Amino acid sequence: MIGNSQDLTINKKKYKADVSPDMPLLWFLRDIVGLTGTKFGCGMAQCGACTVHLDGEAVRSCVTPVSRAIGKKIVTIEGLSENGDHPLQQAWAEVNVPQCGYCQSGQIMSAAVLLQEKPNPTDSDIDDALSGNICRCGTYLRVRQAIHTAANIQKSSVSNAS
Amino acid sequence: MHPKRILQTSSYYPKKGVSVILTIAALLSMVVVFSFRPEGSSITSKKPPFTQKDSIASKKAFLKVYAVLMSPRCMNCHPAGDIPLQGEDSHLHLQGVKRGPDGKGIYALKCANCHQSHNLPGLHMPPGNPKWGLPPANMPMVFQGRSAHQLAGQLLDKKRNGRKSIKALIDHITKDTLVLAGWYPAQGLAKPPLSHREFVKAFNEWISKGAVSP
Repeated sequence: MIGNSQDLTINKKKYKADVSPDMPLLWFLRDIVGLTGTKFGCGMAQCGACTVHLDGEAVRSCVTPVSRAIGKKIVTIEGLSENGDHPLQQAWAEVNVPQCGYCQSGQIMSAAVLLQEKPNPTDSDIDDALSGNICRCGTYLRVRQAIHTAANIQKSSVSNAS
Repeated sequence: MHPKRILQTSSYYPKKGVSVILTIAALLSMVVVFSFRPEGSSITSKKPPFTQKDSIASKKAFLKVYAVLMSPRCMNCHPAGDIPLQGEDSHLHLQGVKRGPDGKGIYALKCANCHQSHNLPGLHMPPGNPKWGLPPANMPMVFQGRSAHQLAGQLLDKKRNGRKSIKALIDHITKDTLVLAGWYPAQGLAKPPLSHREFVKAFNEWISKGAVSP
């Protein structure tokens, strides 16, 4: 057990982590906290469905032990924006990206890191960032289109704010 | 007794004839010793680089080193391109991961996003190390596709070996935890063909016997 003194900060809320330190973060998120937007795909960091942000990086929560997340900032798809209006979420709806939808939270969380680091990504940048997020429905072209759309939304919201 | 008499009879001081013979013998022995010094070496040189130069033994030792460096546990993270390799057949990393400027991946596909500080149990689980990554883009230190001759030359060239001196190179292969990780592979992966101790021994032998390229 990790002990009462150890807290996990998930989507700006603190949670007590009274679990085995090697428990995968995904288990904690889904089974203990109840944040089921993050999906279990392969369980071995190969598909990307479980992607969440850990201090701003797109980690695979199915292989990340809870102990690694102590003292760090965790963001799941539920915490990406307060009202579901992150530029990527707007673009996803606009382009109607999902088919079955199972991989989409992972796709969006990976894309969010890309847009943070490269606000105007090329097709090649998108491929480099998201080639580890597998979609069994083959929505890759719509994913790519939506990321370009999100980049434009982000750009216009930044210019409107300034 | 008279002091002069004591001096003459003392066993601590040889008689005149004996001392002449000893002097000649000492001079002869110096001549013999210096006549057998290695060709090309200098008695006055302060630090000979290689103590027991032996090109055949050096090359032979490097071939052992080469077998380790070209094993998947070493070569997979020293690819010819910007995509790391995986598995016993050294296929391209399945997630399409790329090196990035610092060798730690790019965007949402950074090495540490999946690779933890330790191996995870189970087949096909990501191996781990706190320093997991490739060499940086400006010093890729490629092993894949290099012949033994090419790799030996690369290892000795500071412009291509991570700016390491011979001493730093030996320290690196002896102590660096990322090098040592090769001998603690994830489940289902083979170790390099020599033990780490044998590898270090062969590496040192290669260097000490002349660092000769095969």
